[in-house]
Amino acid sequence: MAMSFNKTGDHEWELNVCGYTCPHPQMYTKKALQKIESGDVLSLIFDNPSSGESIQAMCEAEGSDLIDRQDAGGSFVWKIRKV
Amino acid sequence: MNVASTSIATETPWLLRKSSVQAMGVFLFVVLGSLWALAQDTRFAYLLVYVWFGLAYGALLQYGRFCMASAVRDLFAVKVPRMAVGVMIAVALYAVVAAIVSLAGFSTFHPNAMGWHIVIGAAIFGFGIVFTGGCASGSLYKAGEGNMNSMLVILAISFSQAVVVSASGWWDALVPQSWLDAAAAQDMPAELTITQGWFDIFTAGYIWGLKGTTMAEILGMAETARGIILANTLLTAILPVMIILVVLYVIYYRKGYLRRSGKANPSLRDELAGMWAMCTSSKNTALAGIGLGILAGLHMYVTGALREHYGIFNFGELLVAMGYTNGLSIQDTVFDPGYWYITTQEAQWGGWVMQKLGIDSMDSIFFGLDNGLPNPLLNAPGFMSIGIILGAAIMALSRREFKWKLPSWETAFFAIVGGTLMGIGARLAMGCNIGAFFATVTNGDPSGWVFLVGMTIGAYIGVKVFTWWMDWSSARKASECGL
Repeated sequence: MAMSFNKTGDHEWELNVCGYTCPHPQMYTKKALQKIESGDVLSLIFDNPSSGESIQAMCEAEGSDLIDRQDAGGSFVWKIRKV
Repeated sequence: MNVASTSIATETPWLLRKSSVQAMGVFLFVVLGSLWALAQDTRFAYLLVYVWFGLAYGALLQYGRFCMASAVRDLFAVKVPRMAVGVMIAVALYAVVAAIVSLAGFSTFHPNAMGWHIVIGAAIFGFGIVFTGGCASGSLYKAGEGNMNSMLVILAISFSQAVVVSASGWWDALVPQSWLDAAAAQDMPAELTITQGWFDIFTAGYIWGLKGTTMAEILGMAETARGIILANTLLTAILPVMIILVVLYVIYYRKGYLRRSGKANPSLRDELAGMWAMCTSSKNTALAGIGLGILAGLHMYVTGALREHYGIFNFGELLVAMGYTNGLSIQDTVFDPGYWYITTQEAQWGGWVMQKLGIDSMDSIFFGLDNGLPNPLLNAPGFMSIGIILGAAIMALSRREFKWKLPSWETAFFAIVGGTLMGIGARLAMGCNIGAFFATVTNGDPSGWVFLVGMTIGAYIGVKVFTWWMDWSSARKASECGL
């Protein structure tokens, strides 16, 4: 299990931080959002529920849109469009 | 931020889901266990109060993702004030309920000794929590979500504390001669050997010379309604909470809020609306804060009322009356705070295991004089910790958020090192963010704010070190992860 960050298409990225507990998921998400361009979509995969609250608040503060979220079975797949 | 679509699988009715059935199974297990204990002796009701409050704490902690580590860590790491706001809400509510409990004469609270040890211990604790991913209570609720990493943290906290409070030999060189002289002058039973073991010397030679007090006592209003309401509740808890909320709003929330709401020249009304928006931005966290604050106060009331009912000051007396005398301190006491507390009972678990392995820990002040080393099956606050794990498991299962998560070498290393630092820090500061902060500032003891300052300093340094490590690690693996 290791963190992975890949470009999956035009303006599309995927960050997988499954297996990591706080603060890794939110800090890696912050780094990933800094790396991608405005308007790019980041698919974020994580399984530490409490990180979700911080990531949601971080998106809200920065103005990025959480455009889709799949929450089930202890795993979360969120799509964030960078502001 | 817009949430365009939310897809939370709802195809199976809640009652028919496998995870819901498992949640009900865990709940039934606690119910049956409680009934079994009462069937042995109805006086186990005292212990079961800890179990059920723990269960409720765990459920609320999981529901609100309520981890005090992130209250300070996420401020510096990702500039998110969510949890800091949630903690302040909980402090305000706990303080109000604690005032009512104190006025009713059922308070079980004892103030902590004020001194430099709080800042130093809290800073070590705050540094550790950045690496473990949770505070002591946070690690318990995350363990309830199936996180094995958090279980490693709990183990590390348990054993590091047990070692710290009973170690001697070269450790004794860590304390100054003046503390040793002061400890030697104490009139204590020889079996405690208080001049051997650095933590005993620290306790008897330094801590015992300090004074713990409430704001009401400082202002000469002790034991009065005015002292409890004005000094302990308003001055020590509510006023600092209001100041901290304003500071959090100005530094971390205001700019984004005004941008989103399109207010170029905000009025006072707009600013207050912004404060309210900050407090309610995470409803789960705010609701958990309200629930935890009220429950924590009620916990003191119920335990205080039970002590009066049984005519005791400490659970040890009840254990003796029930015929359980093993593992009590030389005063026939055990650790029994009567309110939400985490680290000491975990130290007892570690100490009990060490005792069973032949490493004598009962000659220490911490175990031998004060807290004892009871069998974990008779450790009432220990069951509160177990209750938190089970309550969180019930909530996580019922929300389909439970998942077994195995540690990697990297996260296991952080858990053990961070957990060890948390254990050392908690013992030096005489408690963690619950016992030394949450329970203190809400009961008029200003030492808790000193703990928060120390924890914040430690967390700030911890985030700096953690960020450096992440940058270094990412750069090293740039070809793999690209971050």
